[in-house]
Amino acid sequence: MPNDLPNETPNEEENLILDSIHRWLEKDVVPYAHDLEQADEYPYAMVEQMKELGLFGATIAPEYGGLGLSASTYAKIVSAVAEVWMSLSGIFNSHLIMARCVQSSGTEAQKQEWLPKFASGELRGGIGLTEPDAGTDLQGIRCAAVKDGDYYVINGAKSWITNSLEGHVIGLLVKTDPKAVPPRKGMSMFIAKKGEGFNVTRKLKKLGYRGIDTAEISFEDYRIHKDCLIGGEEGRGFYNAVGGLELGRINVAARGVGVARAALKHATAYSQQRKTFGKPICEHQAIQLKLGEMATRTEAARLLVEQAARAFDRGERCDMEAGMAKYFATEAAAKNADESMRIHGAYGYSCEYDVERLYRDAPLMIIGEGTNEMQRIIIARQLIERNPI
Amino acid sequence: MKILVAVKRVADYNVKVRAKSDQSGPDLTNVKMAINPFCEIAVEEAVRLKEKGVATEVIAVSIGPKVAQEQIRTALALGADRGILIETDVAMEPLAIAKCLKQICDKESPDMVLLGKQAIDGDNNQTGQMLGALTGYAQATFASEITFDGASASVIREVDGGLQTLELKLPAIVTTDLRLNEPRYASLPNIMKAKKKPIDVLTTEELGVDVTPRTKLLKAEPPAERKAGIKVEDVAQLVDKLKNEAKVIV
Repeated sequence: MPNDLPNETPNEEENLILDSIHRWLEKDVVPYAHDLEQADEYPYAMVEQMKELGLFGATIAPEYGGLGLSASTYAKIVSAVAEVWMSLSGIFNSHLIMARCVQSSGTEAQKQEWLPKFASGELRGGIGLTEPDAGTDLQGIRCAAVKDGDYYVINGAKSWITNSLEGHVIGLLVKTDPKAVPPRKGMSMFIAKKGEGFNVTRKLKKLGYRGIDTAEISFEDYRIHKDCLIGGEEGRGFYNAVGGLELGRINVAARGVGVARAALKHATAYSQQRKTFGKPICEHQAIQLKLGEMATRTEAARLLVEQAARAFDRGERCDMEAGMAKYFATEAAAKNADESMRIHGAYGYSCEYDVERLYRDAPLMIIGEGTNEMQRIIIARQLIERNPI
Repeated sequence: MKILVAVKRVADYNVKVRAKSDQSGPDLTNVKMAINPFCEIAVEEAVRLKEKGVATEVIAVSIGPKVAQEQIRTALALGADRGILIETDVAMEPLAIAKCLKQICDKESPDMVLLGKQAIDGDNNQTGQMLGALTGYAQATFASEITFDGASASVIREVDGGLQTLELKLPAIVTTDLRLNEPRYASLPNIMKAKKKPIDVLTTEELGVDVTPRTKLLKAEPPAERKAGIKVEDVAQLVDKLKNEAKVIV
């Protein structure tokens, strides 16, 4: 499948990187992903391989031990991984969102202390924003930190936190001033390492996105030093969190491309093998219409992601582009998974084939990282803002 | 110890290669290219020898069009120290390749030259042996194990009847078989580092090698499509068919 936008210059380094990723996936992931996923088991061996590959430092700046990859290259890595097993991408995706918060808003001392360990994968983690009663509406969080000398004491609960069981650190969003108006001005973000009072209470059972640890955390008088307040200043947490969202959305959109592509790939192969009425089903128009739509959707999704990633790399505001990519690519994933299952017939419904996993994995991306309903609202608002009359 | 490794740019082993419609050769437009798998085993072996402290420098050399630089870069990302590209747009035959490599051997005086036993495009299995004849170096082909003892190397070869062990004086030429090692994939940080490693570019004219092809490709066509098989009733019928229809037993 072509991998370039028309005006893209061939990028030797990017090709080498993607080559290495593909080889790793083919050799060490493809043969084991299905069983691990069905058993909801954490892929420890693959995480070690991801450390060796350097994935945990993909977007961290080279001066802090990372690779400093562009969002565009990074998105292609994410798509490649998600095409094989979406859960794996989550292990480094939310880790890198956490790293990005430190890199873009942390003090120099914080960057020196944390980023090299994040880049090597020695410390891994995710981002703790969502609570049982607050997700897309972040300002509604209730987790609170109260200052006590050089420390803050944190109480509250977080939910749906990826990498919280197997990871070591999370970027934790709390309220340091619950009375602030607007509420976002009273929010702060900490680099919270596991310790006393930081309790991972329950690993959640999910429809899909299995193998990766998504858990609930409760904080009971968890004491954290003020040096761990990102940027060293209260009241900036909301902006830290939101600052990571454009990349987060490109990231989830890239996963969508991967899942959409996987669904198409399986359908393309199966429709040539399966015969009905004396010919392969890919020669029946009913199937051809599906394949034609699926292929177009996949390419359109990929191009939207590429466009958003390039805008991000140019340092432009890209919430509209990222929103479009996230909305379209994740819907493409769900639609393709559905169509691929129909093409596979009963086999698609069987746990022995990967198509049913794609069907279960895709909805996560429609809901997570800002629901697709919210994305459309963001797109519309930006549309109006950019086109005043 | 200095090791020279030859890497060839070929269609990736996963690609289903098709013949061009005019039968003038395989159709390589928009086909993913990669290092020949046997060459990759050679690179891996050289890098392992360097990691063990046996080798001090690993040089990856490729002969081909400008884009063959990608395969050298891959070798550098896997751990080679520097690269040499002999740039040519001529479709090179084994003898011409061996002559070019001979020139590089004269320049670099390596202690060992590691090559794949064959490339998956032409499947010639000739370059290593020809280079042996041209340089007069000792040679061991189809290696499945290489060990060193001072100025000599011991190589276990895969031969038809089993395994054969050869002792070679250095400098020597070794061609790799499939079971020598399992190549690693390049880590992302090493890919970034490979950017800074030097690649020298030479031409066949500079090396004074006549690369004019000696053979002519008449046509390339896909193998005949396999016909569906039949089920036989019993062993007697099978034997009968093998005898009288296929005529493979008497």
